[in-house]
Amino acid sequence: MSLSTQPTDPRTERDDVTQPTLGPLGLLRFAWRQLTSMRTALFLLLLLAVAALPGSIFPQRSIDAVRTADWIARHETAGPWLDRLGFFEVYASPWFAAIYLLLFVSLVGCVLPRSKVHWKAMRSQPPRAPKRLERLAAHDTVTVDGAPDEVLEQVRGALRAGRFRTHSHDATTVSAEKGYLKETGNLAFHLALIGVIVGMAWGHLLGWKADIILPVGESMANVAARYDTLSTGPLVDPADFEPFQMTLTRFDAEFETDVQGKGQFGSPRDFTAYVDFTKSPGAKVEKKVIRVNGPLETGGGTAFLLGNGYAPKITVKDAQGNVTYSDATPFLAQDNNYTSVGAVKVAGAGPEGKQLGFAGLFLPTAVLDDQGPRSVFPDALEPALALSAFEGTLFPGGRPQSVYSLDTAEMTQLENKEGTDLLRIWLTPGQTYTLPGGQGSITFDGVQRFAGISVRNDPGKELTLVSSLVALLGLILSLTIRRRRVFVRVSPADEQGRTVVSIGGLAKDDDEGMGEQLEDVLTRLKERS
Amino acid sequence: MTNENLATYANLSLYSAMAVLTLSMLAYAAYLAGLLPAREARAESAEGARERELVAAGGVGASGAGSGGASAAASEADGTGVPVRARKAGGVAQTLAILGTLLLLVSASLRGASVQRWPLGNMFEFGVASALFTMVVFVAWGMRRDLKWLGLFVVAPVLILLGLANTVWYTEAAELMPSLKSVWLVIHVTVATISVGLFAVGFVVALLYLAQDRFGADRGVLRALPAGRTLERLTYGLHIVAFPLWTFTLIAGAIWARQAWGSYWNWDPKEVWTFIIWVVYAAYLHARVTRGWRRQSATWVAVAGFVCIIVNYAVVNVYFVGQHSYSGL
Repeated sequence: MSLSTQPTDPRTERDDVTQPTLGPLGLLRFAWRQLTSMRTALFLLLLLAVAALPGSIFPQRSIDAVRTADWIARHETAGPWLDRLGFFEVYASPWFAAIYLLLFVSLVGCVLPRSKVHWKAMRSQPPRAPKRLERLAAHDTVTVDGAPDEVLEQVRGALRAGRFRTHSHDATTVSAEKGYLKETGNLAFHLALIGVIVGMAWGHLLGWKADIILPVGESMANVAARYDTLSTGPLVDPADFEPFQMTLTRFDAEFETDVQGKGQFGSPRDFTAYVDFTKSPGAKVEKKVIRVNGPLETGGGTAFLLGNGYAPKITVKDAQGNVTYSDATPFLAQDNNYTSVGAVKVAGAGPEGKQLGFAGLFLPTAVLDDQGPRSVFPDALEPALALSAFEGTLFPGGRPQSVYSLDTAEMTQLENKEGTDLLRIWLTPGQTYTLPGGQGSITFDGVQRFAGISVRNDPGKELTLVSSLVALLGLILSLTIRRRRVFVRVSPADEQGRTVVSIGGLAKDDDEGMGEQLEDVLTRLKERS
Repeated sequence: MTNENLATYANLSLYSAMAVLTLSMLAYAAYLAGLLPAREARAESAEGARERELVAAGGVGASGAGSGGASAAASEADGTGVPVRARKAGGVAQTLAILGTLLLLVSASLRGASVQRWPLGNMFEFGVASALFTMVVFVAWGMRRDLKWLGLFVVAPVLILLGLANTVWYTEAAELMPSLKSVWLVIHVTVATISVGLFAVGFVVALLYLAQDRFGADRGVLRALPAGRTLERLTYGLHIVAFPLWTFTLIAGAIWARQAWGSYWNWDPKEVWTFIIWVVYAAYLHARVTRGWRRQSATWVAVAGFVCIIVNYAVVNVYFVGQHSYSGL
């Protein structure tokens, strides 16, 4: 400041230190520069990696709500706090969104100006040759036959043959540049990433997914009310769903029985669902197959086979022999051997105004020993039901509840005939158990499989896929192509009819092939002269 | 469905590969040791080589110094008393490395034939394939430039990986679970394993670069390595091949996930880690061209990337609950 020739401002003289003052606009510009700088982008990238971590460590509510609730319940202090901080919904949490949105703002702020610069660069000529080519990192000088202007023409030809764009700013030099595709690829990569995230957002807004458990023999229609769960994007109207229907006619499951090694015996090997598919009411029935890696395109969403299990057919009768419940009741598998939990809810009230409920296990290959009832193989070889019985109010307060368990808050568990112990019912197919105290009977009629079908529609996926492929292509271009500038100056040599050719190369970053590039140009030049 | 005989031969081939690679590792160690005794001479020659490279880098001759550094100097100086023992050991090591790689290839192929599927269905098979591709990268690259200095540092970790695969992760040959029965297994997992092989060699070179930078180029075995600048460039060169392959792995995995699980992105732990690895390596490529970041710091980011790969493989596969649970353990 003391060297300044400007008259000193008396106000600043009083201060020991003068600080540049930033107005609100300047501050904003400063913040924008910081945000769009490479260092910030790099920091945000690393932060994104760190922020993605907890989602792989803690159970996520959107993936497994039951496991999440379980985890929170087991960690009394940490659980609720982590929940408040969004650790069980990391990828929908504000802080995760903040990072990737800032990253994308930074990306846009960096890429758009660069696109403009690159657009101009692509349409303009290579710059004027520097005065002293020997100062460039890679350079060489040779003397060749011919007059300077002839040689210059040959140089131009040699450079063009090497896919350079050339331009002469004066009569003795050629400036040449190539590798514009490197920056084009780089920009395409970054812009395509925006396409990826737009595709994801599009799919989120206009996509939907619905799940249904469909026992063999039952039908479903693509209407919101028929699904067990349905989640739709904010802009989706379920009334617009395509009216297809399907009936599950058969379900095949195969499990490993040959290999006895750890982790292999009993592993699933093949699942196939056979359906009768109708595209719209009244259309002809088509026989279709849905496999684990072979979803069914319905025309209004894709149907995936995402789960399977057993739905034992259970009948409950009252004391007079009237059927009060009869249904293929899906039980949810809890382990690899399909030890499954489920519940039977007899909604009709009994003699004293009490409702009946049963809860327990279905075991496809049942074993009952000192470890308790469990299944030892996933196929239905020795199926059995192990149930407890309850009476009281099934739906206290009308609260929503799982179909696979009883809310026993307002129910009491039934005891056995002697009143010595709680009632435990063990049924194999065809068996009937008569409940004590004239409560009627329960029959295990047989067992069927069910298919867990998920119908999903994601209109953004094509945009995401195309964008990510463009990104990959751009990435390859930007990493493999080199941006190179070559300058050539000719001057008459001391001998008559000969010309001194000085050549120098300038690369964007360290480029060990630059020397070879110059040699290549000189070789081409010699071939021409 | 599975052919027990072929599976047994696959294991025999694997044991042979391990034996051959052990010998190869010893020979590479002998090669490095053989370079060291003539300390004075070596130090001088290394110094000379570095000077030569600095000079050469300024001119058109730079291309010749690409393979530069001390080991290039060693071969140049062969006539003038570089230990013949070292040269012999190096040759033996390289031949054995090629043989070991072929045996690994035979093992993986027999394994695949025994179960009539692509042999990339469980942790054991991933381990063998990762070792195989790391060796393929090393051997193939070694045919284009002198990499004998790198041999010990690649073969030793490959042997550790094979040992772990054989003991901790061993899984009997068997069919696949339904979600893995897809052509995408071949595409997605193979490309993933190839890029892991490239990242692995890149990681080793990166560590050597950082070690040389930290402890000095004139210390112990570090003297036998190329100059730091060359090591750094080699690290970058490997990563820019591996990174697009990893990007492809991510895209192919998403396409497959959509087919098998109904949605192309499910935030499954394995997906999250694949993404984290991608982001970390993207950060490495950015850090390398960010002003104010030294090459050394950038290289540490690449090292962190490979640590993530190891976690993704050894921890996420086994301990994290997700849809990618096919470790076979």
